[in-house]
Amino acid sequence: MNPAFQALITIIVGVGGCVGYFYLSNLFLDRVLFPARGPNTGRNINRANAVRPWLFLFPALFALGLYLAYPVFETFRLSLIDRNAGGAFVGAENYARMLNDPKFWEALRNNFMWLLIVPAASTAFGLLAAQLTDRIGWGNIAKSLIFMPMAISFVGAAVIFKLVYDARPEDVAQIGILNAVYMQLGGAAPVTWLTVPFWNNLFLMVVLIWIQTGFAMVILSAALRGIPEETIEAAIVDGANPFQIFFKIKVPQIAGTIVVVWTTITIVVLKVFDIVFAMTNGQWETQVLANFMYDKLFRANDWGMGSAAAMVIMLLVTPILVWNVYNARKEMR
Amino acid sequence: MDNIAGKKSGLTWAVHLSVAALVLLWVFPTLGLLVSSFRTTDQIRTSGWWAAMFPAVQNEVFRTANPGAFRVEREGVFVVEGNLYVVDGRAETAADVAAVISAWGVSSRDIAAFGPGETADLGEGETLQVAENGDYIWSGNDDQISGRGQRVFVTAESPPEFTLANYRGVLFDPRNREGMAKAFFNTLTVTIPATIIPILIAAFAAYALAWMEFPGRALLVAAVVAMLVVPLQLALIPLLTLHNQIGIGKGYLGVWLAHTGFGLPLAIYLLRNYMVGLPREIIECAKVDGATDFQVFTKIVLPLSFPALASFAIFQFLWTWNDLLVAMVFLIDSSGQTTVMTRQIVELMGTRGGDWEILATSAFVSIAVPLIVFFTMQRYLVRGLLAGSVK
Repeated sequence: MNPAFQALITIIVGVGGCVGYFYLSNLFLDRVLFPARGPNTGRNINRANAVRPWLFLFPALFALGLYLAYPVFETFRLSLIDRNAGGAFVGAENYARMLNDPKFWEALRNNFMWLLIVPAASTAFGLLAAQLTDRIGWGNIAKSLIFMPMAISFVGAAVIFKLVYDARPEDVAQIGILNAVYMQLGGAAPVTWLTVPFWNNLFLMVVLIWIQTGFAMVILSAALRGIPEETIEAAIVDGANPFQIFFKIKVPQIAGTIVVVWTTITIVVLKVFDIVFAMTNGQWETQVLANFMYDKLFRANDWGMGSAAAMVIMLLVTPILVWNVYNARKEMR
Repeated sequence: MDNIAGKKSGLTWAVHLSVAALVLLWVFPTLGLLVSSFRTTDQIRTSGWWAAMFPAVQNEVFRTANPGAFRVEREGVFVVEGNLYVVDGRAETAADVAAVISAWGVSSRDIAAFGPGETADLGEGETLQVAENGDYIWSGNDDQISGRGQRVFVTAESPPEFTLANYRGVLFDPRNREGMAKAFFNTLTVTIPATIIPILIAAFAAYALAWMEFPGRALLVAAVVAMLVVPLQLALIPLLTLHNQIGIGKGYLGVWLAHTGFGLPLAIYLLRNYMVGLPREIIECAKVDGATDFQVFTKIVLPLSFPALASFAIFQFLWTWNDLLVAMVFLIDSSGQTTVMTRQIVELMGTRGGDWEILATSAFVSIAVPLIVFFTMQRYLVRGLLAGSVK
């Protein structure tokens, strides 16, 4: 069957099925199960209203449970068994093997470096861009252009930056802009930037910073505009200079938003996979956890260690998860 | 307030310049790829893409037309006339037509001996004149104007030249091995159902979480917030096993289901946040008038929530279009028939890493659609981002 045709059928069946499910189940509830007539009208209406939310929620809860909640527990179970030994329980052995793998430590170390640098740099650039573009006439165009990388896939960005980092032999013209500038500045020989250990991590991080800055800028710009005018005017009257106004008046007032931006980017960083996979595939000491996990799961077919690595990512995400839930609950009260 | 105005104007230039620098820094990498995708293989190999913006100075060697076929006799002198850039009656490229010759010569030892329009004396009455645009007149006696055409070394400045050939090759050439056209349609096939279905499911759930009273509601909202950050990496193996067990295996159905599941938390969260903000009176009035929850939802809440629906649709579209991991795990089987563009590009980076014309063009084919969506629907995207993160 032609996939396009299959897609069309899926849309029709999916949409029709959803609408049909919601419509018919409501009809069933109101007409057959608890009809709003006869001797028990009042009780029936109450019962129908008690059941209805669950009718509305059921497909979503089912999908969430199956696609996000169940895998967490299943992955945990898989991390404790040995698939090749018929699924025998091996306790922490997979984790022990992982801790003995130098590649794991490399990935962990790199991931921490990503965690320290990328959210900080993206937020800082975003804040700078937001503050500066708010003050000028063509600010919206500038914002649009800085925001644009958000629409570009990690893979697309990887290609874009691979061209930036490209290196040719010394005697021909450089086509990567970084090497061209480097040679102009008197570099001895073109550098294959992505193969220089340690520094290559930074060159990969640049890609994600480039993508995430626009996100930080958009949100921080909205927050900056939400600051009450009076506080700034008062500071001006008191003789504060623009830098003092920015750092002592504006930044403290949007601290909450900065934290939200920071944590959101942190989560993106923890899951970063495509960029490393496409640009270096973890060679030259650029491994990160998500790619390490992919390696173990699908290349080495080692589900035990792969699941253990996935659990490490989950563990790193958990504090943010708890913090988000705590905030959401506080807000609902 | 004089001093404030004064301070502002003092800083204005600095602000303009820093924003311009920031924007340039952010646009430059993408621009490089875009420009490269319109250049020929030779151009990409021989110069950086930034050079494509400026006229290029090139040294070339031409031969005049063959005297045997083209010479004419005028008053006892044999003459060959023509244009250096014209071969077989037509110029090769538009750039050749527009090229401007700044110097030329007839010997490889002195290739810039003459200026445009000057006449070179080749000895014993034989002369050659080359004009700025490549027109030449070569004249002499019967002996001199014979054999092969006269060699001419030319230093010419040709204007920037761009070509659509890369796009033709990548998209429409049936012989190409990159299969980007196929991958494009595969990506589209993945994206559309994976965008529409979660919206529908999430809208109902969001309504229940926003406007229906039932025990455990707060707990469910918290659960949705928690699921927002659960890494989908955890879901790969358990769900692939599950898909294999229930007979879906790897394929479109699997990837649609997976994208639906992974997109739901954000969808529910965004839509619920928006729906909670709708005016209570409208919904209560409708209920007083006897509307059921189903009617309130379909007739009032859904139409009013259009901006939020659009926001999520854009997010989900961008995310499914740009996705690599989910497609690799749930869709692409060993036959390679169902490959998507992102995967195809990664493959090209491995096998044809140096062929920038193919790589750049393929990447831009994949980037173009999200960019169009981004620039036309930016308003909704920004609104969705703000609803999703600012508390």
